[in-house]
Amino acid sequence: MPLLRIENLHTYYGHVHALKGIDLEVEEGEIVTLIGANGAGKSTTLRTISGLVRPREGRIEFNGHVLNHVPAHKIVQMGVCHVPEGRRIFTTLTVMENLMMGAYTLKDDRAIRENLQRVFDLFPRLAERKNQLGGTLSGGEQQMLTIGRALMSRPRLLLLDEPSLGLAPMLVKAIFETIREINARGTTILLVEQNARAALKIAHRAYVLETGRVVLSGPAQELMRDERVRKAYLGER
Amino acid sequence: MQQLLQQFINGITIGSFYALVALGYTMVYGVLKLINFAHGDLFMWGAYIGLTGLSALVALLAQGGPAIIAPVAVIVMVTIALFGVLIERVAYRPLRSAGRLAPVISALGAAFILESLARNIYGASWKTYPPGLVPAGKVALVGGVRISIMQVLVLVVSFLLMALLYLFVYRTRIGTAMRAVSLDHEVSRLMGIDVDGIIATVFLIGPGLGGLAGMIVALYYGSFDFTLGWVFGLKAFISAILGGIGNIPGAMLGGMILGIIETLGAGYVSPQWKDVIAYVILILILIFRPTGLLGERVAEKL
Ligand SMILES: Nc1ncnc2c1ncn2[C@@H]1O[C@H](COP(=O)(O)OP(=O)(O)OP(=O)(O)O)[C@@H](O)[C@H]1O
Ligand SMILES: [Mg+2]
Repeated sequence: MPLLRIENLHTYYGHVHALKGIDLEVEEGEIVTLIGANGAGKSTTLRTISGLVRPREGRIEFNGHVLNHVPAHKIVQMGVCHVPEGRRIFTTLTVMENLMMGAYTLKDDRAIRENLQRVFDLFPRLAERKNQLGGTLSGGEQQMLTIGRALMSRPRLLLLDEPSLGLAPMLVKAIFETIREINARGTTILLVEQNARAALKIAHRAYVLETGRVVLSGPAQELMRDERVRKAYLGER
Repeated sequence: MQQLLQQFINGITIGSFYALVALGYTMVYGVLKLINFAHGDLFMWGAYIGLTGLSALVALLAQGGPAIIAPVAVIVMVTIALFGVLIERVAYRPLRSAGRLAPVISALGAAFILESLARNIYGASWKTYPPGLVPAGKVALVGGVRISIMQVLVLVVSFLLMALLYLFVYRTRIGTAMRAVSLDHEVSRLMGIDVDGIIATVFLIGPGLGGLAGMIVALYYGSFDFTLGWVFGLKAFISAILGGIGNIPGAMLGGMILGIIETLGAGYVSPQWKDVIAYVILILILIFRPTGLLGERVAEKL
């Protein structure tokens, strides 16, 4: 049984039909990437999974539970954490307070301490900056904080929306390495990216979205060799 | 010097009233970005519920005295807190995604309803609290400055409450979640925070404090009428803006500063001019610090 199974998902914003019947599966332990042009519905897919918007039709199943009607804050408790587009840290909270908000659903102090240690191992920079206000971090550090904060709940499934957007090339490389590292330590990842090349390189499988529909899917290695993908998303002729 | 100190004590007494009420405006603004125009009237209702409670207890026990204040204060806080939560559920929550304007109208409506209810139920005449609840004596401080027992009571209670609130907001998990919700509802939900629950908590605490302030103000001045909410509500709202709306220490500071400026203006210039002086100074402060004294000091980096 896949960890996440999405069937015939339709999501609307008012009259805008953003998702037109998405089918998608993520197996435990995988990195799956969702690529597509601007407005294809990548963010909407993640937002529908995490409960920020409601599907009008279809089914989202995580670990055997149907998520369609579960409130967003309870979906986190079930083990899905969504890092939205655009480095939305809590700017006037300290780095430590930001991380503690990530662990909001945990009651056990020891588990919180362990998760904090894990996040600091992954991002030593955050440990150095723990008493600084989130808003005073650099762009790259803020992105580390959004990911670290999400890991504080120790999710089984991490939804990442364009983590590399707006970062300097060196940092982009580092972020992708970190994603691979997080996955290697046992977290399943659904990754949305504009940077298709880098995403396909670290992903096991991929889905290509066009105007709210899955037009192509398969092992990342295969998609990377696919003529259409190379032309449309990897910038080749 | 003696007069200055005396005025200062009077100023922080008035200021602590403003501060307690300003906290309710600023906390609600923080989580909803909405001015809760009903807040001044909730404060006024605190004075009325206090009147009913105190009168009933005095009649029941056939005696007055300070001991009956505490239980009535608790009743007032709980009742007004429940009013607050009710207003949020009925007047604000259904309009959460209806844009900026509709909730403002709803807030004004709630304010008018609360005020009309008070006038219809309690009448338009001035109301007087039962006498002799607080001993009338004064305590001499250094340099011939005197402070009434009533003032001591007011200052101790308000500073204690403000300190507790500060610790709650800045040192507890729920308080931190409240600040997180003030910054970003969506991300707060993604952290597993029950945003509706946090908003309800804010509508318990703000009106609870405001209602208690209403009772304390009525005790302090002895009498009031249904316009109390409007007069004090506006001053408290201004205090919140002065301190930086949405900022909790700011509301405390803003209230104190407004109270002190007003009292000094009344004492050194003339009581008729105190509001003019106070508002000129406020406008000057806001010209130089449009976001208020403590508002939004951290620049957001992109
Ligand atoms: N809040 C909204 N209201 C109305 N329409 C929306 C809203 N959010 C997204 N849309 C529309 O839904 C469609 C899918 O948007 P979505 O943000 O999911 O795309 P995306 O693939 O993430 O694009 P990008 O690469 O630009 O982030 C687009 O046509 C967009 O205009
Ligand atoms: Mg997007």
